[in-house]
Amino acid sequence: MDEGFLKEQQVMESDLNSETSHKSSVDFLMDWFRRRSIFVLAYGTGCGAIEMPPTFTSRYDAERLGIRGAATPRQADVIIVSGYCSYKTLRRIIRTYEQMANPKYILALGSCTVNGGMYWDSYNTIKRLEDYLPVDMYVNGCMPRPESILEGFMALQKEIGDGKISSWQKYEDNYAFYRKNQEAVLGQTVAPAYDADWYLYDGGL
Amino acid sequence: MIILDLALMLITAYFVGFIYYGLYRNITARFQRRIGPTIFQSFYDSIKFFGKKEAISHGWMFYLGPIIMATGAIMTLFFIPFFYQSESFSGLSGYGNLFLVLYLMLLGPLGNAMGVGVGGNPFGVMGVTRGLTRLFALELPFYIAVVAIMSISQSADIATIAGSQTTINAFAHPLLFIAALFSFVAMMGQSPFDVVGAPVEVYSGPASEFSGKFLSLLMSQSAIFSFAKLVLMVNLFLGGADGFFELLWKTFVLFLFVIAFGAIYGRFKTPQSVDFLIKVPTVIAIVGLIFATAWGN
Repeated sequence: MDEGFLKEQQVMESDLNSETSHKSSVDFLMDWFRRRSIFVLAYGTGCGAIEMPPTFTSRYDAERLGIRGAATPRQADVIIVSGYCSYKTLRRIIRTYEQMANPKYILALGSCTVNGGMYWDSYNTIKRLEDYLPVDMYVNGCMPRPESILEGFMALQKEIGDGKISSWQKYEDNYAFYRKNQEAVLGQTVAPAYDADWYLYDGGL
Repeated sequence: MIILDLALMLITAYFVGFIYYGLYRNITARFQRRIGPTIFQSFYDSIKFFGKKEAISHGWMFYLGPIIMATGAIMTLFFIPFFYQSESFSGLSGYGNLFLVLYLMLLGPLGNAMGVGVGGNPFGVMGVTRGLTRLFALELPFYIAVVAIMSISQSADIATIAGSQTTINAFAHPLLFIAALFSFVAMMGQSPFDVVGAPVEVYSGPASEFSGKFLSLLMSQSAIFSFAKLVLMVNLFLGGADGFFELLWKTFVLFLFVIAFGAIYGRFKTPQSVDFLIKVPTVIAIVGLIFATAWGN
């Protein structure tokens, strides 16, 4: 069963029942390094992107926490979905997210990613990002100031350090659920199926 | 015993290289009035990338690129003696001279060009093209300066060149040093010559398609190679080193100069950087060469 309210509830709550302790000492060590080094994909998807430059430059200086921008999805750990998400943008976000290497995280900014915000009755924006991609951390506000974004990052770092986050695993485990929701709004224009070889079977280079 | 010596050289270069890169990020942050990351930040990044899973494969040649690059960097390191008198930390320098080192320094970029070409990422290919174009330009003044230094010292052996300087070459032959320093700033990928991995322009250039363990390998080889190049410059122009303390402060002064230089200037376009390197430092190097040969030691 890949659809319906029960499935949705099951996917949303799967984090609550997941194993939260570290599996081995290597995992513990790697999580220690992961929380200290976070590469953020420099991809502004909505109006909240305007808060990201001050977060990363001299005034708020996210680099002192080990957070810095990454140039390409291949090198990124975190993608920030910064605000409302139109169908067109969602398609790019999904494609970008699937190009990132595991473990990967999603930080969602603003009320638009939680429930659609002021775009609630818009004809071309999604309402809950959580239906389409596994979100690790929400930062509230419209728009959240850089202080809030840094708070969100620090909360994310804490969860990574405690080994509590495995959203990429959740995405792979419940892929049919997410894919169905994606196809519901994007139709057949959604990215090719999630596997390592879409690049090779997508009409070549 | 030589295996132990080589292992110690590699470990030293690895850790010192990463700490220098951490210092680079920290000091650049201070230039920009930021607090900046810790000095171990680059090390954390490298280990974190080592723990990531690959998302994609482009075939074996793609993965051979970073490996050839790391091989080039490590071999370069092994043929450069750290100290001019000591038996230890001399690596394989008894078996090869400066010519071999100059050749090995080219191996990495060429290998990486093949790997990136297979990947097919347009930004990677653009980065490689820019890198090779810049390489031809920066070699010209550097090789002229190095040839002049070899003729002054009457030797192509790096330890002999380092040990034979009564007044260090940077002061005895300042024009050669200045010319080589311009090339060195370009070799270290610093502004205004940072056209290869230019952020915003070509994203991270040759590295843009690499992730996970291979990006970690690229970062590690970059740290090792940077330290090897610093030691080479110290040996050729700053009178070499007699112990770890001397080596570290001399390389650090040189590194600090490169950082400060890079923090001040904006980025050239690729043709501009080639034009500049072919015109200004090359002319300085030729004048220095004439001075050195005409008036001798």
